[in-house]
Amino acid sequence: MEQIMPATGAFSLIWVLIALPLAGAAVLLLGGRMTNKWGPYLGVLTVVGSAALGVVMLLQMMGLPAEDRSIQQVAYRWVFADGLSVDMAFRLDQLSMVFVLLITIVGSLIHVYSLGYMEHDPDRRKFFGYLNLFVAAMLLLVLANNYLLLYVGWEGVGLASYLLIGFWQVKPSAAAAAKKAFIINRVGDVGLGLAIMVMFVTFGSVTFADVFGQASAASEGTLTAIGLLLLLAACGKSAQFPLQAWLLDAMEGPTPVSALIHAATMVTAGVYLIVRSNAIFDRAVWAATAVVVVGLITVFMGAIIGSAKDDIKKSLAGSTMSQIGYMITAAGLGPIGYVFAIFHLLTHGVFKAGLFLGAGSVMHGMNDGVNMRRYGALRKVMVITTITFFIGYLAIIGIPPFAGFWSKDEIIHAAFEKGPVIGALLILGAGITGFYMSRMVAMTFFGKARWEDDVHPHESKAVMTIPLIILAIGSTVLGMALLFWGHIEEWLEPVTGIATAPSPLSTAATIGISLAFVIVGASIGWIMYLRREVPITAPRGSLLTRAARRDLYGDDVNEVLVVRPSYWLSRVLVWFDRAWVDGFVNGIAAFVGGFSGRLRRYQSGFARSYALSMVGGAVLVVLALLLVRLS
Amino acid sequence: MSAPAFGMHLADVVPFNLPSIDYRLIAPILILMGAGLLSVLVEAFIPRRGRRPVQLIVVFVALLAAFAMVLAAAGSRAVTAEGSIAIDGPGLLLQGTLLLVALLAAMLMAERMVDPSGDAFAPRASTLPGSEDERQFTQRGYLQTEIWPLFCFSVSGMLLFVVSNDLLIMFVALEIMSLPLYLLAGMARRRRLLSQEAAMKYFLLGALSSAFFLYGSALLYGFSGSIDLPVIADQITAKPSQSWLLMIGAAFVLIGLLFKVGAVPFHQWVPDVYQGSPTPVTGFMAATVKIAAFGALLRVLYVALGGLQWDWAPMLWIIAILTMVVGSVIAITQTDIKRMLAYSSIAQAGFILVGVVAATREGLASALFYLIAYAFTTIGAFAVIAMARDSSGEATHLSRWAGLGRKSPIVATAFTIFMLALAGIPLTSGFIAKFSVFTAAIAAGDTWLVIVAVLASLVAAFFYLRVVVLMFFAEPGPETATVAVPSVFTTVALAAGATVTVVLGVVPQPVLEMVANADVFIR
Repeated sequence: MEQIMPATGAFSLIWVLIALPLAGAAVLLLGGRMTNKWGPYLGVLTVVGSAALGVVMLLQMMGLPAEDRSIQQVAYRWVFADGLSVDMAFRLDQLSMVFVLLITIVGSLIHVYSLGYMEHDPDRRKFFGYLNLFVAAMLLLVLANNYLLLYVGWEGVGLASYLLIGFWQVKPSAAAAAKKAFIINRVGDVGLGLAIMVMFVTFGSVTFADVFGQASAASEGTLTAIGLLLLLAACGKSAQFPLQAWLLDAMEGPTPVSALIHAATMVTAGVYLIVRSNAIFDRAVWAATAVVVVGLITVFMGAIIGSAKDDIKKSLAGSTMSQIGYMITAAGLGPIGYVFAIFHLLTHGVFKAGLFLGAGSVMHGMNDGVNMRRYGALRKVMVITTITFFIGYLAIIGIPPFAGFWSKDEIIHAAFEKGPVIGALLILGAGITGFYMSRMVAMTFFGKARWEDDVHPHESKAVMTIPLIILAIGSTVLGMALLFWGHIEEWLEPVTGIATAPSPLSTAATIGISLAFVIVGASIGWIMYLRREVPITAPRGSLLTRAARRDLYGDDVNEVLVVRPSYWLSRVLVWFDRAWVDGFVNGIAAFVGGFSGRLRRYQSGFARSYALSMVGGAVLVVLALLLVRLS
Repeated sequence: MSAPAFGMHLADVVPFNLPSIDYRLIAPILILMGAGLLSVLVEAFIPRRGRRPVQLIVVFVALLAAFAMVLAAAGSRAVTAEGSIAIDGPGLLLQGTLLLVALLAAMLMAERMVDPSGDAFAPRASTLPGSEDERQFTQRGYLQTEIWPLFCFSVSGMLLFVVSNDLLIMFVALEIMSLPLYLLAGMARRRRLLSQEAAMKYFLLGALSSAFFLYGSALLYGFSGSIDLPVIADQITAKPSQSWLLMIGAAFVLIGLLFKVGAVPFHQWVPDVYQGSPTPVTGFMAATVKIAAFGALLRVLYVALGGLQWDWAPMLWIIAILTMVVGSVIAITQTDIKRMLAYSSIAQAGFILVGVVAATREGLASALFYLIAYAFTTIGAFAVIAMARDSSGEATHLSRWAGLGRKSPIVATAFTIFMLALAGIPLTSGFIAKFSVFTAAIAAGDTWLVIVAVLASLVAAFFYLRVVVLMFFAEPGPETATVAVPSVFTTVALAAGATVTVVLGVVPQPVLEMVANADVFIR
């Protein structure tokens, strides 16, 4: 049983981490127009404040012995009914610590960047309010000490994401995308809600400590059920197959939102959920296997979509799906994978945020154009953006010594420990990553300028390029820093369990093979998109390309499996409620004849049919009661 | 029997015992009835100009005094009035909630700032819609103050309904509660034909459901020889053999109550009546009738029919599922906000039934919490609807709400809070309510019912949030309704509704403790 320490020192301020951005959101959203001027700066300050506090907490935590690093702070008793007791309580341990830092530091940079990016937007204040709201909810999600409170954060980030995707509501596509994201996420939320209820019934509690402590006592069937429900939740939030369709549309939101929410933090909440619940997945083999399968499918779906899209943000979104697929796969591998899932999550959070902000910087200079076929040769006019984007590129495809190399390599290595097929597939995925990222860089920054006539690209202002530079530095050093200086494996070990040490012998081999694949993939990308001129109108493309352009028919599948059936259900019910009941009743009325005819003249409208349907209902109720009795 | 001899006192021959009545415990009911009578007298003797202020004083003083008496009785558990009234934890809790919600509803009914020509009620309900008389009364600024006695009687009926311990008193309470509501439903100032049609339908169908209830009571009397709920319960355990009288009687009584609750297939009056009634009355009705009817339903199920649980549970399962699914799914296609909230209230009744079916202490407590949470949210939501207007009255078509968030952010934010609560989003009362109901049901073994409930709430979330999207994500156009600036009455009701909704989501603990301590029904 793990040891949970009371919150002392800086840790007594855990609640402030959340309260700061929440207060910022409250001021900005309720303060009205008078906060228009200074509001955005306040929004930035609250997140920077949380980040500073987070760093102080990290320092204090590093001073503690490893077994005392799980800190709990109870704010107050939230729900306490017969048999159920849930506190508004926070848990800061090694896992939530790294998330706090990721959220607040990357969050701060993106807030600063947004000062420039949203400079001319009339609703700037509201944007920062929503962004603060998101940070608060995300921190709540990772700091909760029980599943119910986690669920609050889970819904909170969903709500903020929804508000931000639809931020440019003048575009109907943005409103539709927001709605889609929300609905698909609700499907995932159902999984989490049911998982919590099953936990409560099985363990009598929903705190992490109780659930994990008693997990070994539960039957494997129950644990598998909980695990699969949690996986459903993770699929919704992290855009994994089969709930992936919303992420591509979510790119309708402003680019800083895509960077913060749909690349660095919120979409990784599913990974957090699975790693946090490791005590359940360790004992539910089938659920863990399902996690791996889902992850692998998404690695390829995302990569293929990323290879075909001409919209720079959608291509990056496909890449995000794919990279999160890596994390999910790793999380399904068991104790050897958890650490590296989180490791990759952290490095990806930094370099993908950098790539998105880079894409935002490009769009800023290109009158918000997103079509890469109308880009080209931007390296000449956007030097800083080009360099930082290129560093992000090297990081994501996994060229040593950039951040992504270390984390992706560890996942591939761990996958080989588990099964060579998984490892081989992940290496293939790395090769495709090399292809689509090279394609993106080549189309955007190299080749000939294919700009539209009235577009005059220019480098962005310092307020935007400085965050880019910082993230680029992070993309360069974070992998090495976490691995060699931070000892992330040992750091996370108390939370994720002891990893069986991977045999060092195969390391060189996997590195060699995966690098070879990456270089081949990247070369194909460079050759295809530099040697030949990129046509402005997309060629018809192969069957796979066309499928990928349509998001691999994700929408069509949803349409057939979910949207149409629910539409028809609703139509049928309405029809039943109005037409059928009336028709049925009119039939009876005709049958009953004269009496009913007189009634019809006597009463207005449908009152008679309502009454007769009540009688019909009454017959059903009586029958139901009697049938039970007789059976 | 021989005639009494001279000099003998009458009482010696016909023994007469005063019924034992604990007046302190039934004081809330008596206060409201007294207030109703008093306000009839006010109508008769106070000149027209002075009536409204006097009526308001009578109503508010009565509600507060009754609430004080409920507080004073807190913790009591007693059967009084010769066994026909049972004062216990759930009863008192529901009475207290009813009074507070009625207080807010009274504030909405007293509002006369949002409509430039007066309050929400027809100046003279007896005038023909569109007639010259109507025009004249409107022009002279008449106000219909007869709504107040009706209101008081209705509330007194509700207070009695949730504590009645025999079927006859329950029936009387049902009628005292309902008859004034039928009238109030038909008194809208605007769109009077719609309002009168609603009142007519409500009355006809209400009468039918009352007939079911009464006939069921008679059958149960035939089975047990008593109308007392505890005696019926004893008879059910004493006579293990099956009885058609019992089954059909129980079914009919439940049908009468399920009608008031608005459960499918007895729901069809709900949309028409909610849409047609004056909005303050809709809010009043939606919040309080739901509480009162569920209070009575719970009492009948737990006290009288507890022994039949294995018989009624499957039936209520089906009804709960139908209610949730039909309510949630049909609400999606609604384009009128009042009709949408009507179907929403049907769906919510289904969610409460999930807690009722559990038939455990947790189930009872969670259903009580749900009722409290739902009532305050509902009152608040209808307060907002009463405020969104155009020159011809309330703008209830959903398209008129597009962009409302831009024009009136504060009111739209309040409405968003109510919608989020009804959708069951965390940190609102609705989340805690749904969560406790669902966990109670799972703990009682109704896992599949909960799965349906969770899916239905998923569907329901869609139409609640659609309104939010419409308010904030659409540009306001010339068609967008304007939010009238209300007087302090509506402002207080709205603020109270929003505050309770948020507080019950963030710090639900005191109320959760209250419902847990409300314990069980007294027998």
